[in-house]
Amino acid sequence: MHKSWWKITAVILLIYTIVGGFLMDVPRLFILNESIRNLYFHVCMWFAMMILFGVSVVYSIKYLSTQKYRNDIFASSFAGTATFLGLLGYATGVIWASYTWVTDQGQSISNILKEPKLLGAGIAILIYCAYFVLRGSFTDIDKRARVSAVYNIFAFVMLFPTIWIIPRLVGSLHPGAPGSDSGNPALNFKDIDSRLRMVFYPAVIGWTLLGVWITTLKIRAQLLKDKPLLQ
Amino acid sequence: MRNSLKKIALLFTVIVAIAQLALAQTNNPEMADVMRSNGKIYVVVAVCLVILLGLIAYVIRIDRRLSKMEQQNKD
Repeated sequence: MHKSWWKITAVILLIYTIVGGFLMDVPRLFILNESIRNLYFHVCMWFAMMILFGVSVVYSIKYLSTQKYRNDIFASSFAGTATFLGLLGYATGVIWASYTWVTDQGQSISNILKEPKLLGAGIAILIYCAYFVLRGSFTDIDKRARVSAVYNIFAFVMLFPTIWIIPRLVGSLHPGAPGSDSGNPALNFKDIDSRLRMVFYPAVIGWTLLGVWITTLKIRAQLLKDKPLLQ
Repeated sequence: MRNSLKKIALLFTVIVAIAQLALAQTNNPEMADVMRSNGKIYVVVAVCLVILLGLIAYVIRIDRRLSKMEQQNKD
């Protein structure tokens, strides 16, 4: 395997995430109870997604300034993995919310349906789905690369209002909304206990590296496939 | 006299027990302590580790195969 040191790091950090994440001490909280351990899995998916979308948009900008087809392959592969991680984050969030919001807090279904964090995240993921639809609708490679690079920048910018800003303005059941001490609950030092941070930060790095690893595989396969185009 | 003392003592213990129960309910959110004390949590950790390692082994295999294809493609 080439350049394997960071892949080994990813494996070690993920093993630590599972062992430490299940066995180490966590704060005893109401409503969340033992499910606070989902922080090492559900929240990490979104963190890794944001980082990979960031990398993707960097390659899109690089494509627009250099016009090298290689950068387009990088941008679309990173966006693909990030969207997948976003879907995993959404799916795990649904399970978590159905226990903490519906069962424990007795929230009505209409409250869940107008939950801004869910709507925002759904919109953000759909915007990225449209990115792939857009890519698929071109037959000309240069045009596809250029238009989707511009669209990728728009999609990345849309992430911030839909996921981060609006749910915090209008109030939400999700942690981090007004009323629950605000800010990003995973990064706020008042909200997140030091025992959680011991596992949480390594977990974010581990999951992100795994996402990058899978993306590099996709990129390498695509580079092999498009070799005649790249020369 | 002795009887009433006994009754008072009994009442007192009951009140203390109820107070403790209430205290336990307000200060101690329910956690999966049983799972931890009887060691079943290690089963969960083992299962998750097997899944994780299996997935990683799969990724490594694809990585190796790609490396081989890249080698072949070079010449």
